[in-house]
This record gives sequence, C-alpha cells and structure tokens, in this order.
Amino acid sequence: MSKHFGQVIAVDNISFEVGKGEIFGFLGPNGAGKTTTINILCTLLMPSAGEATVNGFNVVNFPNEVRRSIGIIFQDPSLDERLTAYENLNFHGMIYHLPSKARKARIEEVLNIVGLHSKKDYIVRTFSGGMKRRLEIARGLMHRPHILFLDEPTTGLDPQTRQHIWEYIISLSQKEKITIFLTTHYMDEAEICQRVGIIDHGKIVDLDTPGALKNKYNVSSLNDVFLEATGRDIREEESDEKEQLGQFLRARSKLR
Amino acid sequence: MDFDAIRMIWVRDLIRHFRDKVRLLGSITRPVLWLLIMGTGLRAAFNVHGISYTHFIFPGIIAMNLIFAAMISTISIIWDREFGFLREILVAPIPRSSIVLGKALSGSTVAFIEGLFVLVFAPFIKIHIPLISLLLLLPLMFLIAFVCTSMGIVIAARMTSFEGFGVISNFVIMPMFFLSGAMFPIDNLPHWISFVIRINPLTYGVDLLRWNTLGIKTFALYIDFMFLAIFSIIMLGIGVFEFSKTN
Repeated sequence: MSKHFGQVIAVDNISFEVGKGEIFGFLGPNGAGKTTTINILCTLLMPSAGEATVNGFNVVNFPNEVRRSIGIIFQDPSLDERLTAYENLNFHGMIYHLPSKARKARIEEVLNIVGLHSKKDYIVRTFSGGMKRRLEIARGLMHRPHILFLDEPTTGLDPQTRQHIWEYIISLSQKEKITIFLTTHYMDEAEICQRVGIIDHGKIVDLDTPGALKNKYNVSSLNDVFLEATGRDIREEESDEKEQLGQFLRARSKLR
Repeated sequence: MDFDAIRMIWVRDLIRHFRDKVRLLGSITRPVLWLLIMGTGLRAAFNVHGISYTHFIFPGIIAMNLIFAAMISTISIIWDREFGFLREILVAPIPRSSIVLGKALSGSTVAFIEGLFVLVFAPFIKIHIPLISLLLLLPLMFLIAFVCTSMGIVIAARMTSFEGFGVISNFVIMPMFFLSGAMFPIDNLPHWISFVIRINPLTYGVDLLRWNTLGIKTFALYIDFMFLAIFSIIMLGIGVFEFSKTN
C-alpha cells in the first residue's frame, strides 16, 4: 500500500499483516507515515496504490463494514468538550446503533473500566488531559470493536496514568481478544507488543518481535533498536495551516 | 438513510446551541435594531405598496434572522474539524449523506427558533397574523432556514478557518440579505441588480414570507418553491460530495 499527497510520498509501498488478538506496535519518528497509515486503515483516507483489508473488509470497497469493526483513539483529542462525559458516550452508542437499553448498560460498564463513573455528568471541558484520554478510550470501547487503533494514546500523560492505561489495554486484549494496533513514542511502552513494525520515511524498515529485534541489533532495549533502525537525526514534522490554527485556538481557550 | 445518526447529530447540535447563551442574545438584538430602529426611522421616507415601511420589512427581518442563524450554525462544522470531533463522526459507520442531512436539520431548527423571535415583535409594530397564516408561516420559515443552512454547509465544508468563514459569510449573508427584496421592493430596479436578485434564493424566501404575512407577491408560488427546492438539493449534493472526500 502507498499514499501520496501531491509530490510527497507519505507511505511508500508498505506491506504487513496483524493477526487476530495480537498487540501490534507501529513505531517510527515524527512524520514517518504512522498516522497516515492509521488514517487509511480507518477509512479517513484512500490509499493511492495497493490495498488494505481490516477485519476481512477492503477499506475502499467496504468502508462502513470496516468502520463498524474498529475503535479508534486518535492522537489529537476528538471529544465534544461542551458535552458531558455521559453525553459523549451516549451519542457514540447512538451512531453505532446500540439499542437504548444496551447503550445505558454499556456506558456504565466502560465508565467503570476507566474509572470515570463519578464524573459522568461533568462537562468534558473541565477534565484534565488524562481524564479526557481515559474517556476517549472508554468511547472507543463502547461498541465492542474487533480492532482497537491507539495513535499515541499516552502522549502528555503522567506516568501513573500511562501505567494505568497500558495495564488496562493488556487486560483488554487478553479478556476480550481485541486486536490492538498502537503507535507510541515511548519505546518502553512498546515492549508490551507481541510484534513491532518500525516505519521510517514511509517504508517499513523492520518488523519482528521485540526480542528478535533486540537480538538482531545486539542491543538491550527497544529504544536502542529504534535508534539503530531509524538513525539519530531529529525529524521535522510538517504542521499544516489547519493544525497550527487548531493549536492556536486551543491555547487561546486555555487562557480564558 | 441512517436515522439514529441524523438524530444524534441533531440532538447534539441543539444541546450545544442552548448551552451557549450569548448567541441567543444576538438573535434578539438583530430584529430589534432593524425592525424598531431602522423601520421606525425610515417609515417617514418610504411608503411601499400603500403600507407602512415597518410592515413592509417585517417578513424581510424574519428572513434575515433565518439566514444569519442558519449560516452561523454551520460554523459548528469548522469547529468540529478543528477540535477533532468531526473525525469521530467520519470514522463511524454512517452514510455521508446522513451526516449532511443531520447538520442541515439541526441548523434549520436553530435558525427556525431564532426566526420565531422576530414574530414576537409583530404585535409591537401592529402586525396581525391570523392563525391560519401562522400555521403556514412556520413551515415556510423552516424551508427557508433549510435552504440557507444547506448553503452554509457547503461553505463551511470548504473552509479551513473561522476567520475565513467570517469573511465569506459577510460576502454572502449581507449581499443576499440586501438583494432579496427584504428592505425594498424589487420591481423597477436596474437590469443588473434585478438579475442578481433573481438568482438569489433568499429573494424567493422573502417573497413567500411577504405573501403569507402581507398578501404581497412578486413571483408565482410554484416558482418560489421550485427555486428553493432545486437550490437546496444542489447544495446538499455538493455537501455530501465534500464530506465524502478521502484524498
């Protein structure tokens, strides 16, 4: 599969498979093509060439079937901050066609999972970063997806919250047999993955179990594997106009 | 059609709207300014079709509140894109047409309610609307709100910033309002201006409202309805196309 934006090649002829129930880590420096790949797999973007299949459905031909199969925790927040936690979950359940009764029961369930039950009637804007993340995870689980995409789910969180979130994700994959596809910049977090793929400049440079990769590069940590595989140069991530504006507005609303 | 999704988008937008008290203020001050101040001030100078100027512009002011509220309501699309919520909608298994229709209905509902505020002023300027007319007036107002919202969706779907939307909507709302016959009669105007008025959907909306409230009419009823229907169908079609883009 490849993806071009005009002249820029964001994803360059990559090919991989993730097994059912697997925890798969997708690692790479900023601008390597991780988010573009996730956006294609969750039907927000079309591949320029090649094809992708999620839960047995081709992302181009059967986008709605793919959308029903997946849950996503985006890199940037995607909650409605003016609604309460409960409303966010309830609306999510509605668009995934959970019947009213099942929806209410499931909301209670996921709120307890992420420990936000006591905050359910609070407006999301009053939440801390960690609480918002937990709410997003709860929302991603509402409709019992087969595959959960986590795009840097712990960025900007304190170690306690990170720890809590990962423990939960591991138990989730064990209990509910959900396939987990995650990206992260914290290499120690990637250790929980059964396999990791390392992407750089749009190409997959390595893909194996964390243990095998450490052996291959003869180093002791995934962090060193990552540096060996992708080099030590600092990357520039292009921030388009839209993103800058979003950041500006977010900053402004915080000042108020 | 995905009715769950349409309902979700509709309810969510209404909740958000009514939590924002400041916006309600604008929809009340606008008719006060135009109707009571402009209308009263210009009443001495104008006498159209043998009725007072305040009466003449009354349906136009309803249309004004409808188009303002409808266009402003579609800013929520830009807002949702900037703050990420649009992605939550876009990765959900919803047909894109239902997203657009949900947005069009929520925007129309908000605009319709703001249009109702103008009706409150009717007794103050001594306009009497019989119950029968009122029953017809409400669906007409909703229709106009729907047409304006569908246009706003197309603009908002193409905009990447709030500032851009402000500029565009001023370029669109003000000319559409002034060139709709809301403020002055549209017969006996120079050629070019008359042409612009005829391609402006709001013209036909104002025509319907004025026919309903004052019994004055410029175009045939079927022309009004046909123009509004075709215009909003085209706009919704473009809107669905914009929301389906995956490049």
